[in-house]
Amino acid sequence: MANEILSTEVANYDLDQFIKTQEEKSLLRFLTCGSVDDGKSTLIGRLLFDSQQIYDDQLASLEADSKKIGTQGSDIDFALLVDGLSAEREQGITIDVAYRFFSTETRKYIVADTPGHEQYTRNMATGASTADLAIILIDARKGVLTQTRRHSYIVSLLGVKNVILAINKMDLVDYAQDVFENIEADYRSFADSIGLTDICAIPISALAGDNIFAAGGKTDWYQGPTLMQQLETVEVSADETAAAFRFPVQWVNRPNLDFRGFSGTIMSGQIAPGDAIAALPSGNTSTVKRISTFDGDLDQAIAGQAVTLVLEDEIDISRGDVIAAANDRPEVTDQFMAHLLWMADQPMLPSRPYLLKTANKTVSATITALKHKIDVNTLAHDAGTSLDLNELGVCNLSLGEPIAFDAYSANKSMGSFILIDGLTNDTVGMGMIDFGLRRAENIHWQPININKSARARIKSQTPAVLWFTGLSGSGKSTIANIVEQRLYAQRNHTIILDGDNVRHGLNKDLGFTDTDRVENIRRIAETSKLMVDAGLMVLVSFISPFRAERRMARDLMEEGEFVEIFIDASIELCASRDPKGLYEKAQKGEIKNFTGIDSPYENPELADITIDTANVTPDKAADQIMLYLEENGYLSELDYQI
Amino acid sequence: MSLTNLAKLEAESIHIFREVVAECENPVLLYSIGKDSAVLLRLAMKAFHPSKLPFPVLHVDTTWKFKEMIEFRDKMVAELNLNLIVHTNKEGVEQDIGPFSHGSAVHTDVMKTQALKQALDKYKFDAAFGGARRDEEKSRSKERMFSFRSESHRWDPKNQRPEMWSIYNGRINKGESIRVFPLSNWTEADIWQYIYQEDIPIVPLYFAADRPVVERDGILIMVDDDRMPLESGEKPELKRVRFRTLGCYPLTGAIESEADSLPDIIQETILTKTSERQGRVIDQDSTASMEKKKLEGYF
Repeated sequence: MANEILSTEVANYDLDQFIKTQEEKSLLRFLTCGSVDDGKSTLIGRLLFDSQQIYDDQLASLEADSKKIGTQGSDIDFALLVDGLSAEREQGITIDVAYRFFSTETRKYIVADTPGHEQYTRNMATGASTADLAIILIDARKGVLTQTRRHSYIVSLLGVKNVILAINKMDLVDYAQDVFENIEADYRSFADSIGLTDICAIPISALAGDNIFAAGGKTDWYQGPTLMQQLETVEVSADETAAAFRFPVQWVNRPNLDFRGFSGTIMSGQIAPGDAIAALPSGNTSTVKRISTFDGDLDQAIAGQAVTLVLEDEIDISRGDVIAAANDRPEVTDQFMAHLLWMADQPMLPSRPYLLKTANKTVSATITALKHKIDVNTLAHDAGTSLDLNELGVCNLSLGEPIAFDAYSANKSMGSFILIDGLTNDTVGMGMIDFGLRRAENIHWQPININKSARARIKSQTPAVLWFTGLSGSGKSTIANIVEQRLYAQRNHTIILDGDNVRHGLNKDLGFTDTDRVENIRRIAETSKLMVDAGLMVLVSFISPFRAERRMARDLMEEGEFVEIFIDASIELCASRDPKGLYEKAQKGEIKNFTGIDSPYENPELADITIDTANVTPDKAADQIMLYLEENGYLSELDYQI
Repeated sequence: MSLTNLAKLEAESIHIFREVVAECENPVLLYSIGKDSAVLLRLAMKAFHPSKLPFPVLHVDTTWKFKEMIEFRDKMVAELNLNLIVHTNKEGVEQDIGPFSHGSAVHTDVMKTQALKQALDKYKFDAAFGGARRDEEKSRSKERMFSFRSESHRWDPKNQRPEMWSIYNGRINKGESIRVFPLSNWTEADIWQYIYQEDIPIVPLYFAADRPVVERDGILIMVDDDRMPLESGEKPELKRVRFRTLGCYPLTGAIESEADSLPDIIQETILTKTSERQGRVIDQDSTASMEKKKLEGYF
């Protein structure tokens, strides 16, 4: 059929018309979702095959592969066309998002082929984030399954409004009308509850080709569009151009002193010279002077276009700021509530610092509260303290600086963000902003006249944090005590924060799970910061097993105020010392989450001082630390004059 | 009101160019002189206009490119005032590595894959734009726009960063790099239509002309210089041919064609029955050969 579409197209038009048709094509992006055996890959293979996007050499290799590893006997196994990576071909499953392309007379299609396996929820959400439409596949023999609900929920969560419910394998239920109708009714009642309303249900057989391009003769009871007809005619991109103007600045374009433009992509709305704009978060206003492009200045530009704006006034705008319609501005906040989908093996931990990237601004962020988790299978709200891979939660986030945003439901581009792990640089989460929290506006910093350096001066010392990290029994507290005695002898004002002691007081509500360990360190880091502000030398003696938290503590202090001291002792050495008898208990399983036994210790990469306790006595270790402090200017000049 | 397919693709590519330049310290554009590179270069010019290209252009020269490609490259560099870096694997040249003497696999590995890694290491580029498209080949269809490479330039297909919306994560640690593919969502037909619409200059080899070729294993190889050893009974024949992709001349098959204008090529492309990469000898060494090359650091 598709072959006919294309060849008719070529035969009927002259070449100029033909090229014009090609140029005027629109673009539709969709994703297919379904469970492992629902026939997704077969459907996509069929779409490619029937729209004649399969070339002779691909067909030859497909026929050979079908005989060798196909699942359809001597027939062509369309699934092999789309299962790309060799590992997948062997396992017979799709393990990642793959993008496919085909084209008809009016539209070009980009298909995100996303896996149905439970552990790959993140891939489905990835595909859904750029899709205009979703095809949800159901096996006619099985009906609406847990996976169907999960996929539909993610589709709705990511704001994909148009859904084609493709009830597949109709050939295996004798093309029975009642089977189709029951599944459709079943699905619609569920879909309604999650806000999916624009649904077109179609009975198909991807394998036999029924109702894909051509109406299937065996489903004459079905009067609706075929899958292709629906894809060809569905109205999408529900007028982004009609929404308020939003233009996140990507790059300040300044080739010479006479030109200063702001380059970016219009995320929504439209703009023309003379329009009044505001820059956020600053709130500065101006009007658009020119819309500059390589192809000349434009009279108008609309959502989706990448342009460079020149303004009438010299106002301060940099990358990450948002230029918006002056009379319809986005909100500005440093705290908001959002739906967060976790995408990394390492769990999300509240209080741990992450980087948050919106359209094109990167800021530091912490999850201040996980309000609840959402079970994507049952949609039940569960309590929780952290999110694991593929888990979804509703969270409050707090940012290092304010950003301009709109709610995701109102404007996807302005309400979406990713979270990045600052150490590994991996993308660990994706979020959709629900609304801003107002509290930030009401908590103002108290103006302070007596500052840190004034307090330090009166003590004649350089405030700093000496952060001792290492396994339990490595000798942190012993060495810290000796160092404190030496510092005291040199008339320094000091304080020791010791892990065990603090856990009896400030942190007695915390246990030893990863979440609690992170919170434990966050409180200590903040406490140390206050004490450094007071002008003290703070000796912190905590196992502090995670790099991320030690880095957070370092980042809280000013440059040079944080000295990381790694008390290096092997687990065997510590276990043999075992001053508190803890290793014995841990090895018997009487203590859970014990660092080095069943909870990890991440060796420092940034340690300023490393003490090799296997070869150094505590006194020598203290010498080594005092020498470092002297050489790096932490011990005040005054002492040397005396 | 909404944008056409080509307008959307153009905007997406420009967005990606700007994002990389804003976030990376030392990007480079890999210029292979072919039609995809031509489009890539035009999009880059558009992204930063009226500023000049804020990065250099790198050509990895295997010394076996078509003569017309090199002429075309130098013409473009002069016209567009580009900062061109040409890199050749000197050790490979010293050992006389070539496709005829060592076979396509060794030649491609030494003169292309190794050479590219050498150049990226030498100039410490942290981001490299390439013209690869997802419609070209199965393993590419799964690759991200921002594709992370380890310190040894390896691609780990099972451990790719998820890529959502148009938010790209270009963060890397020292020594690591990213390959960036602004043309990921373009198809071959889109490329040709864009070249036509924008009147982008391309190497004349893409247009049909009478050229001396010999047929080997069903592939038409153009005799571009006298380094090509002719087997007994082989005699170059003048045939009306053009090329759908361009690379090293001994590894690039011609197709017989009468298409000597862009509209003819567009028509032929839509109707074509042979996929683009079949003309490339290097992909046929084994089933998953592109995937394997990518793992090793080939683009």
